[in-house]
Amino acid sequence: MTALLEVEGLAKHFAVRRGSFGLVSGHVRAVDGVDFHLAAGETLAIVGESGCGKSTVGRLVLRLIEPSAGRVRFEGEDLLPLSDSAMRARRRRMQLIFQDPYASLNPRMTVGAMLGEPLMLHGLAAKEGERRARVGELLTLVGLRPDHARHYPHEFSGGQRQRLAIARALAVEPKLIVADEPVSALDVSIQAQVINLMRALQQRFGLAYIFISHDLAVVKHIADRIAVMYLGKIVETATTDELFRNPRHPYTRALLAAVPLPDPTAQRERRLLEGDIPSALSPPGGCRFHTRCPFVRDACRRDEPQLADDGTAHATACPYWPEFPPAVQRGAGNDKDEDRVRLERLQAAFVSEQREAS
Amino acid sequence: MTAASLSAVVADESHEENPWARAWRRLKRRKGAMAGLVVVSLFVLLAFFAPLVAPYDPVATSWSAVRKAPSWAHWMGTDEVGRDILSRVIWGSRASLSAGLVSVGIALGVGVPLGLLAGYGGGWIDSVLSRIVDAMLAVPFLILAIALAAFLGPSLGNAMIAIGVTATPIFVRLTRGQTLAAKVEDYVEAARAVGNPHWRIALRHVLPNIVPPLLVQASLAIAGAIIAEAALSFLGLGQQPPAPSWGSMLNSAQRFIAQAPWMAFWPGFAIFFAVLAFNLLGDGLRDALDPRHR
Repeated sequence: MTALLEVEGLAKHFAVRRGSFGLVSGHVRAVDGVDFHLAAGETLAIVGESGCGKSTVGRLVLRLIEPSAGRVRFEGEDLLPLSDSAMRARRRRMQLIFQDPYASLNPRMTVGAMLGEPLMLHGLAAKEGERRARVGELLTLVGLRPDHARHYPHEFSGGQRQRLAIARALAVEPKLIVADEPVSALDVSIQAQVINLMRALQQRFGLAYIFISHDLAVVKHIADRIAVMYLGKIVETATTDELFRNPRHPYTRALLAAVPLPDPTAQRERRLLEGDIPSALSPPGGCRFHTRCPFVRDACRRDEPQLADDGTAHATACPYWPEFPPAVQRGAGNDKDEDRVRLERLQAAFVSEQREAS
Repeated sequence: MTAASLSAVVADESHEENPWARAWRRLKRRKGAMAGLVVVSLFVLLAFFAPLVAPYDPVATSWSAVRKAPSWAHWMGTDEVGRDILSRVIWGSRASLSAGLVSVGIALGVGVPLGLLAGYGGGWIDSVLSRIVDAMLAVPFLILAIALAAFLGPSLGNAMIAIGVTATPIFVRLTRGQTLAAKVEDYVEAARAVGNPHWRIALRHVLPNIVPPLLVQASLAIAGAIIAEAALSFLGLGQQPPAPSWGSMLNSAQRFIAQAPWMAFWPGFAIFFAVLAFNLLGDGLRDALDPRHR
């Protein structure tokens, strides 16, 4: 399978300026050498605490922020040397969905104008009538009605607004959508609806998603693969099932430990992380996680571990993981996938509501 | 959810209103603002229909009616060469209102694009523009307007240009500040993500969202411009005699303040009301357009 998107050594260092002369006093290494790839129609989730650089990665991939170093190849073409206008044309193929649907829709534009704009910009519907028809189609696609085009964003609820944001992203028929925490600002019951909509659209149009989130329960439901980020670097990457079954990196284990299990018989190590994420202005030397790692040893403070693939597409930036105790012990005879329960329950409610209404 | 249940969630269909309709509804509830709007409209109508409304020719002198007190023939009295003051106040509203509108139009036309450029573009353009604005704002408004008007030469047109240029830096600064706040909004990044060129983002996505504070500032600036025009005309730098202007009427009235106080009273009254009305309207607009009072 050829990759839709290949990212190599991607980095962003923000200069920190102090004083009235704007002297550079340091660099925040928000993203510090990230590699990943994504196939067409696949979903890669990037998870991590706030401040780990996951949102920045999403914007670097779309070149909404200029990377300091690295390469982003989309459909075989390196995006970084492209001129402004050439990049604008490529934006047809890659889109963004934001976290906060209250901030991401222009309050002074009707829904019709907002959805018609990308069509006009990319010459997808030259005539007024064509554009109106396509806008209606897009609204239907995300579960709204064509006559909603006359309305302003403030007339919609949060979930509906996120549907509008999805419709805007779909307008240009992209291949890749970067979704930056697309459901974390929404009510839990609405989260399932939006995730379901995103999955349905993915199947229908063969979309690839980069799904940025801090919520592992949501990620588990939509991602094919997961990359765990800590302080600007990927510390572990694996398929979703593998990562949940065999988390290796101490940080991944800690993140998973924070996901509540609904089954009282299931036992998971309850070792929560202490302390805050260190400042990206002066990240700790050696392994960046050593200040919070429960399994820390002397070598961790010295040597920076590399993300090492063991040949099964499960890569971990911790050489000592085989020596750690197992992360999850399940209650006997309980094979059910605990973390999915919450979303499944919500979905069941959603489906029955749909049946009732129709 | 089906279409039917979704539409129920959307705000009441009959109540669908765009942001401007909502602002208007909120403005209507404010008595002060509505009083201001009525007085402003009245002045605008007077100025527009001055030839029809004014009972006398505003420049016709009459030596038989010099400095007459208000009477049935001359409701506001006459001045030192027998001209009807009511007619001159009505015609004078043309000078004042057009000075207000034209000079604020100049300030908006120059200030808003520069402010957008500084705020959206940033970099050295922003630094240069901001320093120039700081320097201009360091000089008192009237002093700068008087200096410019004197430099350009006395005429109403030059006075308007002088007032407009003097009022520009406020609009540059306001537009720049609002643009800086708006450009970090998600919807601006979203506009970039769908492939908008920068000029289109600035004009279609940033500008419409910063119009409300500009509108408020513009209505307050008109009040300031009316005072400035009166001051310049008072000093002989604005409307040239014998054409009527409230400022120049005050100037000629000051010599007769004891004998013919009505000569000073009526133009002063007109300035007071026009300025008050624009200020009330501006304050009302500020409240009506403020998104925090939804």
